[in-house]
Amino acid sequence: MPDLSTFADTAVSPAELRGFLHGLPPVDQVGAEERAARLATRSIKKSAKAYAIDLAISMVDLTTLEGADTPGKVRALCAKAAHPDPADASAPKVAAVCVYSDLVGEAVRALDGTGIGVASVATAFPSGRAPLDAKLADTRRAIDDGASEIDMVIDRGAFLAGDHRKVFDEIVAIKAECGDAHLKVILETGELATYDNVRRASWLAMLAGADFIKTSTGKVSPAATLPVTLIMLEAVRDFRAATGRQVGVKPAGGIRTTKDAVKYLVLVNETAGPDWLTPDWFRLGASSLLNDLLMQRHKLTTGVYGGPDYFTLD
Amino acid sequence: MSFEYAPAPESRDIVDLKPSYGLYVDGEFVEAKNTFKTINPATEETLAEVAEAGADDVDRAVAAARRAYDTVWGPMPGAERAKYLFRIARLIQERSRELAVLESIDNGKPIRESRDVDLPLVAAHFFYYAGWADKLPYAGFGPDPRPLGVAGQVIPWNFPLLMLAWKIAPALACGNTVVLKPAETTPLTALAFAEICAQAELPPGVVNILTGAGETGRALVEHPGVDKVAFTGSTEVGRQIARSVAGTGKRLTLELGGKAANIVFDDAPLDQAVEGIVNGIFFNQGHVCCAGSRLLAQESVADELLDRLKARMATLRVGDPLDKNTDVGAINSAAQLAKIRELSDSGEVEGATRWSPACELPERGFWFAPTVFTGVAASHRIAREEIFGPVLSVLTFRTPAEAVEKANNTPYGLSAGIWTDKGSRILWAAERLRAGVVWANTFNKFDPASPFGGYKESGFGREGGRHGLEAYLR
Amino acid sequence: MSERLSVRKTYKLFIGGAFPRSESGRTVIVNDAKGRFLANAARASRKDVRDAVVAARKAQAGWAARTGYNRGQILYRVAEMLEGRRGQFVEELRGAGLGKTAAAVEVDAAIDRWVWYAGWADKIAQVTGSANAVSGPFFNFSTPEPTGVVGVIAPDSPLLGLVSVLAPVVVTGNTAVVVASESAPLPAITLAEVLATSDVPGGVINLLTGHRAELAPWLASHQDVNAIDLTGAPGDLAADCERAAADNLKRVHRPGDADWSADPGTARMTAFLETKTVWHPVGV
Repeated sequence: MPDLSTFADTAVSPAELRGFLHGLPPVDQVGAEERAARLATRSIKKSAKAYAIDLAISMVDLTTLEGADTPGKVRALCAKAAHPDPADASAPKVAAVCVYSDLVGEAVRALDGTGIGVASVATAFPSGRAPLDAKLADTRRAIDDGASEIDMVIDRGAFLAGDHRKVFDEIVAIKAECGDAHLKVILETGELATYDNVRRASWLAMLAGADFIKTSTGKVSPAATLPVTLIMLEAVRDFRAATGRQVGVKPAGGIRTTKDAVKYLVLVNETAGPDWLTPDWFRLGASSLLNDLLMQRHKLTTGVYGGPDYFTLD
Repeated sequence: MSFEYAPAPESRDIVDLKPSYGLYVDGEFVEAKNTFKTINPATEETLAEVAEAGADDVDRAVAAARRAYDTVWGPMPGAERAKYLFRIARLIQERSRELAVLESIDNGKPIRESRDVDLPLVAAHFFYYAGWADKLPYAGFGPDPRPLGVAGQVIPWNFPLLMLAWKIAPALACGNTVVLKPAETTPLTALAFAEICAQAELPPGVVNILTGAGETGRALVEHPGVDKVAFTGSTEVGRQIARSVAGTGKRLTLELGGKAANIVFDDAPLDQAVEGIVNGIFFNQGHVCCAGSRLLAQESVADELLDRLKARMATLRVGDPLDKNTDVGAINSAAQLAKIRELSDSGEVEGATRWSPACELPERGFWFAPTVFTGVAASHRIAREEIFGPVLSVLTFRTPAEAVEKANNTPYGLSAGIWTDKGSRILWAAERLRAGVVWANTFNKFDPASPFGGYKESGFGREGGRHGLEAYLR
Repeated sequence: MSERLSVRKTYKLFIGGAFPRSESGRTVIVNDAKGRFLANAARASRKDVRDAVVAARKAQAGWAARTGYNRGQILYRVAEMLEGRRGQFVEELRGAGLGKTAAAVEVDAAIDRWVWYAGWADKIAQVTGSANAVSGPFFNFSTPEPTGVVGVIAPDSPLLGLVSVLAPVVVTGNTAVVVASESAPLPAITLAEVLATSDVPGGVINLLTGHRAELAPWLASHQDVNAIDLTGAPGDLAADCERAAADNLKRVHRPGDADWSADPGTARMTAFLETKTVWHPVGV
């Protein structure tokens, strides 16, 4: 592992940055996917399942990122975030609500006093194709409106063109704009195409100051997958070992069932370790997942299978 | 609160154990004079009484196999033999969960492995060789390849049903009949296979299963009515068999021990290498002849690799083989446990450093924690002798040439592993490693289409693939 | 004018590319079919076996590492040299008791067989190797590799039989220690002279003359010999050798009926080949 102290110095050259990222251990695709698939065969039952479901609910970043989003839709989502299961007050609340930056104000008002975070996507989400000025302005608006978390996207074009420095500088600039808000850096792993790139982009984001690294916008297929999340969990584990700083992970997009969510938790438990098994360090970016978690929770507490009519749609 | 996985046991009810089992000879289960008990190594409970075949039983079985060869199986068109083998493959798939549970309780291996590795491979092996039965003239062994006759087959306890498949499927596909002896400690799935033969309406005598211990095996191997001997097991017994077969004209293939080197270069995909190391030595409790029992780590990356390996070992779940989350099950027998302990103790005495993750072992049954020895010298017994348990010996090297030299410095030559991101180095090393199977950036992969077998004292002959037919044809 | 007195040849062993006498100093008298003295051939000892194995081991890795094309070229060169000495071999075989025509036929067949095997050097891997279709994201291929050092107990057919057991061993990259025909050892040493003057590296082929029953057991029990061809060993000796060979699990090719004029097939090559299977993941 090269000396990381140089990266505190923003004068680190593009060649040094490239050298560092390409010096990371490579990833064998087949082996990584095999490992993820093997962990997915863990059988989580009874008390472990109950624990995992509540933990997963508490880690959800309840998300709406549609062109058709309205203040009304956001208010409804926030109500659901605070009281996921109207019939069962013991159901935990979610970690955050995730919206576009222009709807942050609406979400902040709706969630006032709940302790639930408001995350805003930013930096010309989802493509990231905009001048830096616009990205900074986008971020500033969200922060000014009270966002506690910023989910920025990296410039995948620059990354794939080998301009790591540009990606790094952008993250640093956005981080400076965030103030106390947590910065989640979306790698859009579906566009990075290889696990080697996912590992490099993870390190790049962490070196530039990311508080979280996030797989996907949800607008590109494939979104979050178990192997991609495995690679990112290995990255945060190794980054903490090298620097002492812990960084969180957020898979987002395509996680729809309790079974899926539990697989992610197993992955966290056996890769990065139990230190990451809290909403502070692991999030699930999802929308429909929450209802499935609630239905499974209902089954566990009552012993009978639930139906979708008994869970609210928002 | 932490994420503790609650027990997730696979149901044992799927297995209908009988109190006692006879020998399967000429299509019928018959009693023998003596019996022995087979136990569950995870609990030491007796599972069943099993017949111990004596010399007269071997006579009867060989005679039945000869009759079946002469009158039914030998003359049968390949296409018909194929259909029987396809039937068997399907029956195995249908009863796969039952067989997996049976394998786990008799052997001690985790249900995850018997379910996800052993059984799928068993069925695949029969499917693969079924397809060869009517295509033998195209296999490259001449236009009219003929079977050998009666095959006497003796298999080990580490992959009981899989080793049975490796032996029986190619033998039958080529038109031979068989008398097979499963290992003393793991007879049950072979007896279940006998039932499957009956369900498939395989003609009587084509497959005969004789349970017993070493004496039964000896009587079978030495029987003058046997044309072909196939053995998988220890190099020591393999040597004795080679001696006893000498001068008889019997054809012989041997799949014996190993002390495989798993070589990790400093440019390796480290996380996958760690998985490969773990899979290489802790898969099936290390009861694997091709286990990667010697880790050769390039010095420049050895510390980092070991840190990662130890962290990974700490996540291994040791315990109830029937728990779906168990990674490492029970050691197969008290005798094997004693051997692993003795060799591990010698490692400490000889000066290597021993490490195991904290793990609670059950009180009853035979257990050994996953163990890694560092500071191992090439001269230590744990670097030379096959331990056949979850014990890894770590050695280091400086240059590729040194790695290959150390890897080859053993009388064994069954398998080897290479981990590096550099393609040309993989091919360079693969060319030089004196081993029958070389896994590059992977380990312990098996497939019916892939020839498997050793160099040097790891035996001779290949099982699997087109090459695997050669042992059963003339 | 009296008839010129011929200069006789001393028949020695062929070890590591050199022609030493037996370290034991012993010889055996070789007579022709009519009982007339032909030569004192060297009677090799167990120590000569030992030296020959050392030479064969030393040469093995380098010989195996040559390309098949190169081995084929070298062995073809041997055939060229055999052809050049055709008359000499016919005489040798007549000395061993063959009639003039039979001797010529056998020499021609031996040369042709050598050429036939030489051509296999860069082809056997394509016939016995394979790319294996495994069910998973792996590229999996099997290649033949030489077993290593092979001991050969040659049959009594002094040239065609010798060539027929020797060429298939070395063409694939093995090196050989050969115990020549006991009754007619001289053609083997003349063959050694051909080998020494072609491009075959020293140690690849080592030829010993002497008593089979004395030498074969040492080869069979030698821990640094990987395989043994017992074609020329009579029944009891072959069984003893096979038993001794079990000690280090040598590959054993057993004696059998040999019709040296028949199509040899590939069995004598594959008997001394290992199959190596390599797996590699396929991914990005």
